[in-house]
This record gives sequence, structure tokens and C-alpha cells, in this order.
Amino acid sequence: MATLNQAPASGGHIHVHVSRKIFPAVGERDAQLVLRDVSFTVEPRSFLVMTGPSGCGKSTLLNIIAGLDKDFQGEIDLGSGKDRLTYIFQSPRLLPWRTVQENIALVLPDGDPRHAKIPEMLSRVGLSQAANAYPERLSLGMQRRAALARGFILEPEILLMDEPFVSLDDPTAQSLRELLMELWHGQPTTVIFITHDRAEAVQLGTRILRMAPGQASVVQDVPVTLTDAERRDRSAIAAAQARIFQTT
Amino acid sequence: MAPVSTQNSSLPRVANVTSAWPKTLERLGWALGSLIVFVVMWHLLAQLFQNKYFPSPAVIFEVFLREATNGDLWLHIGATLLRVAVAFFVSMFIGSAIGLALGRYRTADKFFDTWLILFLNLPALVTITLCYIWFGLTEAAAITAVALNKIPNVAVTMREGARSLSRDLAEMATVYKFGSWKTLCHVTIPQLAPFFAGAARSGLALVWKIVLVVEAFGRSSGVGYRLNIAFQEFDVGTILAYAFGFIIIVQIIEFTILQPLQTRVNAWRR
Repeated sequence: MATLNQAPASGGHIHVHVSRKIFPAVGERDAQLVLRDVSFTVEPRSFLVMTGPSGCGKSTLLNIIAGLDKDFQGEIDLGSGKDRLTYIFQSPRLLPWRTVQENIALVLPDGDPRHAKIPEMLSRVGLSQAANAYPERLSLGMQRRAALARGFILEPEILLMDEPFVSLDDPTAQSLRELLMELWHGQPTTVIFITHDRAEAVQLGTRILRMAPGQASVVQDVPVTLTDAERRDRSAIAAAQARIFQTT
Repeated sequence: MAPVSTQNSSLPRVANVTSAWPKTLERLGWALGSLIVFVVMWHLLAQLFQNKYFPSPAVIFEVFLREATNGDLWLHIGATLLRVAVAFFVSMFIGSAIGLALGRYRTADKFFDTWLILFLNLPALVTITLCYIWFGLTEAAAITAVALNKIPNVAVTMREGARSLSRDLAEMATVYKFGSWKTLCHVTIPQLAPFFAGAARSGLALVWKIVLVVEAFGRSSGVGYRLNIAFQEFDVGTILAYAFGFIIIVQIIEFTILQPLQTRVNAWRR
């Protein structure tokens, strides 16, 4: 089990405890145990990566943490960040009938001073030219950047990300990862990031939780201690990846 | 930040707008051409048969002008339009409410699905005669009869719309704390708009036709009433003149209201 820290909820710590999560039987399919005894605490301003093959319950866990799935046994304590939470989904989930700029503005309350920061945010993600375009007329990479801008304009304390760079070509994914690191450094946030890409996990995370299929739980919990320079170096990433994932 | 120019090269769709006018003209040209061929063929057939029950286009136009100048045409078309408008809005409102409720609540859907099929398959003539028998030959009975024919269609379309509401976007709205008003305006209604527009267009087409039947049966004004009189006199010229006026009005509404509305609703599509 991976419980490192049992301190009471305080400040920016996130406490996750899911004792049981079951998908009920549907039609021919039997009920399925998705998560069992998953507990961990996330340090404020850390970058936690959860990794594992598809179907191991990662996304379900993230939905539980986000409060979208309330049908589970256990408890989630998001600490001081619970009202400033952002979730970047696997698909961009932009409103296709609103322009990029409108999509970003909609997450802010009317009259919020952060509205003034939208142009700057758009230029940081390289979308100034596309501010008035409808999302479906943009490439997937641009849509994902718009989704990042929408998430970051809220200046979240907690940032949940579910494979936000999946199904992008490598250079695009790499530039978005760098953008994410840049935004994360500029705006310190506690991140829980899901991926099945091990190199991505090592490059981004300060800590990795591994989940395995059929276990419905966390099987490994390791810190990642790479410098920023090493995180830009493919061979350093490969070496760290081999060290961390050697057990398989 | 400067607004993006519509000529931006990363938005290739926008460039097509400049060539939209010639296309419209070309379409109009085809429509006009085929219409002329139709009228000429009619004229030739009328010459061939020389029958008073098959009047030539010139005769029909003459009747049309007569009815238009003495005011009868506008009186009857006006009365019909008013009934169409009332029946249309009543059935869109009630049909949408029923459809959305059925799309949202599965138990209600399971139960009322059979009722819906029953009403969908009920012949228009049955609802019309029953409404007149039960409620008398009144305006309210006429409107009710038309609405009852239309409501099931609207309900089925809007039910489809409610079923297809995206769960992904609903979750997004929850996570980003949109609240119910913002969610309704920016997430729910835009998703339902194409279904609503579809129901409105097919709905209008149906309401037009049924209103005429209702008028023929039990009203003393409207195009349907006038057609019924003409039928009793075997006055084919008047029947066709009114049909002609009717088609023109329907097309004007289609081009000036319905099509622009649909284009607007779909503006964001790729």
C-alpha cells in the first residue's frame, strides 16, 4: 500500500481514500471491482503522475477525485483547493458553438478581473490568431491548447489531467508538455496527471503512482528526482524510465 | 488583442463565402428555368385538351389577379396564416416540453412511448372530425385538431435531441461550475437547436396542409374554406389560383425566415 502520509487534512494537501468502487452489472456483463483500497496523499505543488495500462481504473479514480463520480466507498479531501479545481479531460470538451475566446471566458464568472488576462493566456498557448475561430475548425493540437488555456485561466490550486496529450503526433505532444511545464512553473499548482506513456510520466512527474490491470489498486509509488535540464534530455528520461519501471 | 481577420489562412472555410453569391444565382437560374419549362408544358397540355376543367396558366393567372384585387385572396390567406401561426407555436411549445421530458426521464419514456406511437399513427382526419364533434365547429377546436396532429412529431424529434445531449459537455460544465443558467444557455440549448430547427421546418410543412383540411371541414374563412367552395362549383381555375398564391407565401416564409435561421444555427459547424 502506498500511504506515505497520514497527516490530517490541512492546507493544500489532497487526501484520497477509495476503499471500494464497483461498476454495477449491465446486461450480460457482471459487476466489476474497479478500485480497491486506493489511498494516498498529494503534497501541495507537487506533480503526481498516475500511470498504468488502459482499463486499470485511472480515469475512474480521477473522476472520483474531481467529484463527478460520487458512487464509491471512501472519502476525498481536497483541502483548501477544493473550490479552485480544474480538470483537463482526455478530449478537449470545448463548446463547438462558441469561439475559442468565448470558451475560455465562460469558465470565469461575469465581471471577474481574470477576463482581462485572456488575451495574454491565448498568446502563451499560441492561439492569439485563432481567438475568434470555432473549435471544430482547429486541429486537435490547437483544441488541446485551447483546453489548457481554459484550465489555466482559472489559476487553479488543483489541476487534474486525464491523458491530455494522447493521440497527438510526437512533436505536438512534446511542445504541449513543455507548455504545461512552463505554465506549471509560472503558476504553482498541485497536479494529478494520468498517462499510459511511461516516458511522459518520467518527464513530467515529481512522483509516480503505478496501477496494474486486475489489481484495482496502486502497485508502486516512486518519487522522480530529475532536474529541469534532465527533463529536457531524452537519454536522461530513458535512463530514469528504465530504473523506475524495471520491475516489469 | 486584434480580432482575427476572416481571411486568415488557417480557417479555409471562410474563403468560400466570397463565392456564395454566384452559387445562389446559379441555383436561382436553374429554378427559374425549370419553372418556365413547367408552365410551357402546362400551357401546351391545356391547348391539347381544350377542357374547362384543365385551364391554361393564363386563365389561372387571370383568376389569381381577380381574387387578389378584390381582396378575397388576402382575406383567406391571412386567416389561414393566422391559424397556421397559432397552431405552429402551440404545437412546438407543447411538443418540445413533452419530447424533452421523455428524453430525460426513462421511466416516463417507457410508459408514454406507446401513446406517442398511437398518436403518430392516428389519421389527421380522425382527430379533426373528433375535435369538431366534441368541441363544436369553433376556432379552438380547429387549432386543437391541427396541434394534436403536429405535437407527436415535434415530441419525437425533441426526444431524440434530449437523448443525444452530451454527457462529456455536462461534466465539463459541472467541473467548471457553470451553474444552471449558463449551462442552459451555452451547453444545452445549442445542442437542441438543430433538432428544434428540424422540427420547426417539417412541422410547418405539416401544419400548412392540415390547417387547410380543418378549414374545409368546419370554418367559414381561410384558403381551405375557399377551396371547398370552389370544389362544389367544380371551379378548377380558382382552386389552382389559390394553390398558386399559397405556394408563393410558403416559399417566401421558407426563404426569408426558416433557411436563414437554420444557417445561423449551424454557423459553427465545420
